[in-house]
Amino acid sequence: MSKDFLRISPAFEDVMPAEYRELVASGPYGKGYGISDLGSHKELLEEHPLCAGCGLALSLRLTLSVLPAPEDTVIVGSTGCSALAFPQVALHNIHSLFGNQNAVASGLKRALKLRFPDKHKDVVVVAGDGATADIGLDMVMQSWFRGELITTIMLDNEAYANTGGQESGMSPKGAVLYMAPKGKKFQKVNMPELAREAGCVYVAAVSPANPKRLGKAIKRAILVAREVGPTYVQIFAPCPTNFKFKPQETIKRIKEREKDGTYLMREYISPEAQEYLAAMEGGTKDE
Amino acid sequence: MIEQRVVAPEYLFNEAEREEQFITGSEAVREAIKRANVDMAISYPITPQSESMHLVGDIYAEGYIKEYFRGENEFAVMSSVAGAAMGGVRVFTATGGPGTLRAFEAFPTWAGARLPVVCAFMTRGINSPLSIQPDTLEMAYMLDTGIIMLHAENSQDLYDMILQAFMIAEKPDVHIPVGVFVDGFFITHTRDRVKIAPPDLKLPPYNPYSAPVPVMDMENPPIRQMRDPFVMKSNFISYAAHASWQQEILAAAERSRRHIAHYLGNLLEAENETAPVMIVASGTAVSQSREAIESARQEGLDVGLVKLKSLRPFPTEELKAMTANAKAVIVPEFNRVGWLAREVRAALEAKVKVVGGPRVFGGMTMPPDLILDEIRRCANE
Ligand SMILES: Cc1ncc(C[n+]2csc(CCOP(=O)(O)OP(=O)(O)O)c2C)c(N)n1
Ligand code: SF4
Ligand SMILES: [Mg+2]
Repeated sequence: MSKDFLRISPAFEDVMPAEYRELVASGPYGKGYGISDLGSHKELLEEHPLCAGCGLALSLRLTLSVLPAPEDTVIVGSTGCSALAFPQVALHNIHSLFGNQNAVASGLKRALKLRFPDKHKDVVVVAGDGATADIGLDMVMQSWFRGELITTIMLDNEAYANTGGQESGMSPKGAVLYMAPKGKKFQKVNMPELAREAGCVYVAAVSPANPKRLGKAIKRAILVAREVGPTYVQIFAPCPTNFKFKPQETIKRIKEREKDGTYLMREYISPEAQEYLAAMEGGTKDE
Repeated sequence: MIEQRVVAPEYLFNEAEREEQFITGSEAVREAIKRANVDMAISYPITPQSESMHLVGDIYAEGYIKEYFRGENEFAVMSSVAGAAMGGVRVFTATGGPGTLRAFEAFPTWAGARLPVVCAFMTRGINSPLSIQPDTLEMAYMLDTGIIMLHAENSQDLYDMILQAFMIAEKPDVHIPVGVFVDGFFITHTRDRVKIAPPDLKLPPYNPYSAPVPVMDMENPPIRQMRDPFVMKSNFISYAAHASWQQEILAAAERSRRHIAHYLGNLLEAENETAPVMIVASGTAVSQSREAIESARQEGLDVGLVKLKSLRPFPTEELKAMTANAKAVIVPEFNRVGWLAREVRAALEAKVKVVGGPRVFGGMTMPPDLILDEIRRCANE
């Protein structure tokens, strides 16, 4: 890649923060790194204020480490816990409002297509379950109906975590949470199915308990969204703070839920996406 | 794309030979956008705005605009418009009445994110009960969103102001949105003579890197940068950052004054400003006032007129100067709440009597006689 704008003018080297200099010297831009390269380079997520053991923080770190082209990726976020981490992310990223992320991303993607017709500018939405499946559901699904070439990633902690742990559409049935004092009355929204029905050509449900699978799903989703159609990845990212379990038990919780069948990991690839991926993945590392 | 020649804005606005056409306000919007070198337009139907965005769609199909689509609702449209602007393109949309309120949360974020979006507002009544009729009530809510607000009296203003709005919005020292407001139906759905520049001319393109904030394209530094700035820690530095940012948005609007004056002549226009009775109005209320003033003069009454073109920023000093000799100021309005009277009262600081009215709303037209009655009352006091 030629990302000259990343280079720091020599006169300013000494006044730039150390983290920024490290990013320029050994960041992941143009390198095509994957999960197994973690630890070998400066990561995009510098420090973050999320809680210890936060499943969402771990998922975000893994997601950012497998972007196929971080040097040409713009992220659109939404209000929620992840929004607190985004000022620490070394990519251009947008926080507009709570729930409007897919509408913002639609305009952004089309604008970047106009300005850079010969280049892939990956527009990736990263938002919470409340932002995606409740308050922003119409805009999420409408972006899929329209076939916008964007990737939508839901960080599913099964509640409104940032506001203190209220019920969301993604909370499991029966969960006792704020605003559901007698337990949630209806099923967890089946977003992967909705995504498929609404026109997503690649859909996956993954978790940080299996980083390789998560990495593969994110890479595939972003690649497919370049040319084939909209894609959706749901990451199960439990919240120790609001569900009141120990920070070190996050991965254990995920594995239990996977085992007892209350959180289904899955992958759907449309025939066109399959074809596209077969051509792309022929020569790349499988991780 | 259709071939057009880029010309200096001043040439397009002031020098290019203009042809007079007898067109509707909606068609005036089309003619403005045709010459505005717009990259993208996003639409959503609402009466009385729909027709103008149909016509913008038509010129997209003809090749005057690169991208155009219908969004799912006004909040989504205003959000997509924000995304497009952050991606560095010149973008246009329009709405009105309930659409304005449905989208409301987006407007302060446009200003807060320094987006040079131009949006036309074809005003109409707000429910409930359901009404599609002319009414400028929504402007009351928009006054403190941080956007620049221009108010067109007629289709000529609408055509001119839309084109001028892009140039004002995109100035690096301004770079905040401009709303061009026009009274729905009265202007959008009626024909009037409008002088327009040749269709093969257009404004210079938007240069995204002239923005005072980074464009979200991963092509310009810094790379650890989010839009809009997210400052929500509970400490003094965070409060100070937020406070100074809000002041900077206000300052950007203040700095727009000289650009508005450059392109529109001034923030207001006045006639017979030494008169003891002055009418202060904006939008189509100005036209009704002109008729009333005509009748009043025939009765020998001395009345002047101030037409406010910019409401944000508000021409406080100019208004004070133009009403310095007045003993009474009359503010006719097309809404129930009298937001303009409130603005005028605040600007004139109780130095002159401000008559808040007449007001018509719910779709009624303003009989010039109502204004004439006020003129007579004020003149005889
Ligand atoms: C319009 C609007 N409504 C409500 C809120 C309050 N709010 C902020 S974050 C949040 C919860 C976010 O939940 P989710 O999307 O699941 O993200 P999480 O915090 O769980 O990661 C809510 C309700 C808001 N900021 N804006
Ligand atoms: S509240 Fe939950 S989701 Fe939010 S940062 Fe803490 S652990 Fe993560
Ligand atoms: Mg959540």
